[in-house]
Amino acid sequence: MKKLTMKCSTRMDLLTYGAVILAYVVLLVLRDGGHLSRSLTGQLVPICCYVSMAVSLNLTVGILGELSLGHAGFMSVGAFSGVIAAMSLQSAIPAAPLRLAVAMLVGAGTAAVAGVLIGTPVLRLRGDYLAIVTLAFGEIIKELVNCLLVGWDSHGLHLALNLTGNKTIADLGLEADGIAIIKGAQGSAGVTTIATFTAGFLLVMITLFVVLNLRSSRAGRAIMALRDNAIAAESVGLDLTRYKMMAFVTSAALAGAAGALYGLNFSSLQATKFDFNTSILILVFVVLGGLGNMLGSIVAAAALTILPEALRSFADYRMLVYAIVLILVMLLTNDPTLRAYRDRILAALSGKRPGKEAL
Amino acid sequence: MGTILKVEDLNVFYGSIHAVKGVSFQVEQGEIVTLIGANGAGKSTTLNTIAGLLHSRSGSISFLDGPLGKVPPHKIVSKGLALVPEGRRVFLQMTVQENLEMGAYTQPGASLEADLDRVYQQFPRLQERRKQVAGTLSGGEQQMLAMGRALMSHPKLLMLDEPSMGLAPILVEQIFQIIRSLHKSGTTILLVEQNAQAALSVADRGYVLETGRVVASGTGAELLASPDIKKAYLGG
Ligand SMILES: Nc1ncnc2c1ncn2[C@@H]1O[C@H](COP(=O)(O)OP(=O)(O)O)[C@@H](O)[C@H]1O
Ligand SMILES: [Mg+2]
Repeated sequence: MKKLTMKCSTRMDLLTYGAVILAYVVLLVLRDGGHLSRSLTGQLVPICCYVSMAVSLNLTVGILGELSLGHAGFMSVGAFSGVIAAMSLQSAIPAAPLRLAVAMLVGAGTAAVAGVLIGTPVLRLRGDYLAIVTLAFGEIIKELVNCLLVGWDSHGLHLALNLTGNKTIADLGLEADGIAIIKGAQGSAGVTTIATFTAGFLLVMITLFVVLNLRSSRAGRAIMALRDNAIAAESVGLDLTRYKMMAFVTSAALAGAAGALYGLNFSSLQATKFDFNTSILILVFVVLGGLGNMLGSIVAAAALTILPEALRSFADYRMLVYAIVLILVMLLTNDPTLRAYRDRILAALSGKRPGKEAL
Repeated sequence: MGTILKVEDLNVFYGSIHAVKGVSFQVEQGEIVTLIGANGAGKSTTLNTIAGLLHSRSGSISFLDGPLGKVPPHKIVSKGLALVPEGRRVFLQMTVQENLEMGAYTQPGASLEADLDRVYQQFPRLQERRKQVAGTLSGGEQQMLAMGRALMSHPKLLMLDEPSMGLAPILVEQIFQIIRSLHKSGTTILLVEQNAQAALSVADRGYVLETGRVVASGTGAELLASPDIKKAYLGG
């Protein structure tokens, strides 16, 4: 049974990768053939970002079993640090794809640091403190970016915190060749948009790869053991804090990379975009898609990001259809009967029928 | 032979609740020592403090000549001190074998197969059910699994917190058989029980805990014969 469940989960993993690749190729062909609507074309990168956010949050919520209500906060940290990195490296790294990759790494790094700062005090406590602290974190980051002034000129980076509310970008004292990158409540402005659908696809693949590999690793076993029974996990000698940190910081870093891509997809972006509602929205993707079910997260995130836009023409029925799709997604990913059906199809696809003893 | 565990003047609090009040005892190599006492006497608190899950306010715990003062729980396990916590804490969603493998987590590179064989020999019942998910085991089997899992870490001292709790008499008998046979094969055991009769019959020595204090101690036979103990714990 162990072998079988292992096979089953690798098969599921392969199916997940396959679905992402297939979706990418189909969308790419449709887009290049001019068959995608303008609004959908514009949403390709955000969809990738939200998919990646959902998968990374599923690591914290589904695999680690801790509730995070501030995942958008990490996205925000990644977005603005990524934008700062990309804008200030514009002349140093002229090649846009490379600059994008560096910006995403910077976004991941800063979000990881934020994850360490939050996780270190909170994850050593027993109880649901993480939910409260991440919620506060999301709000604090929003306020912090709202009073952040950042510019860049030939002397390097200029930073100021506009706590009193009476500073402007002029107070940074930029040279004539300088550029304003973040203007407080107005957010980032004049960003060279270098995000691409292909980068989004790669982000999703890397996020999946990291999360699925972590889950099937020795550390992943420990993480799931402590989720199942923390006392038993501690009694067999697992360092609970260490494994919780590992999962939580990884999740934060992946959200940071997604944030950087998101930030570099828009010429201007405000911190209010990454508010509590966004955190909850991502949590909805995860819950609808099923805890620990990465393909579910991907489907839910993609469907629920496209849907509101796609339904715009239905005007009156829009919310009705949205609700029906919500229910369908939930059924498909969480209903045991449908899940058994899906597993049967998977088994058939791989040319094997699971016998009675397998169940 | 030597002293493997020495607890001196241990005081543990839950906030303002003084749960363990100046408890001292020791365990020698190869012994079965039991802590008996009524519900709420402070037995679990004592064990959990030794295992590092709780912190004492004062007192000292030394294990194999080293103090355990501020050692975190995961390091305590790799030092050779294993706790089987109260209430059959198994990983319900993992199979029996995966549960056992988790028990060897602190010993990477150790001979997993040999350790599994050793535990399966001790608990043939677990071998029959090795591919079964732990959540589907009976209470007695889960207790055996929790004990087997602790044995996977090669403990020099095995601490059992009420292994017979909530089990049918026949299973209680089985669990104590296993404790005897572990003892015979050289495992040192610190056994916490409410079932004083059974615990004192297998133990070399025992300590009686009442509201956080040690009120009596002696060999298993002495305590079994003591009129006070008979009256308070043995129903006669
Ligand atoms: N988590 C806790 N918080 C507060 N008090 C506790 C807690 N756990 C145990 N106690 C108290 O500490 C005392 C000892 O409990 P415990 O060690 O569990 O006893 P035993 O294992 O002997 O039944 C009891 O009075 C109990 O109510
Ligand atoms: Mg107890």
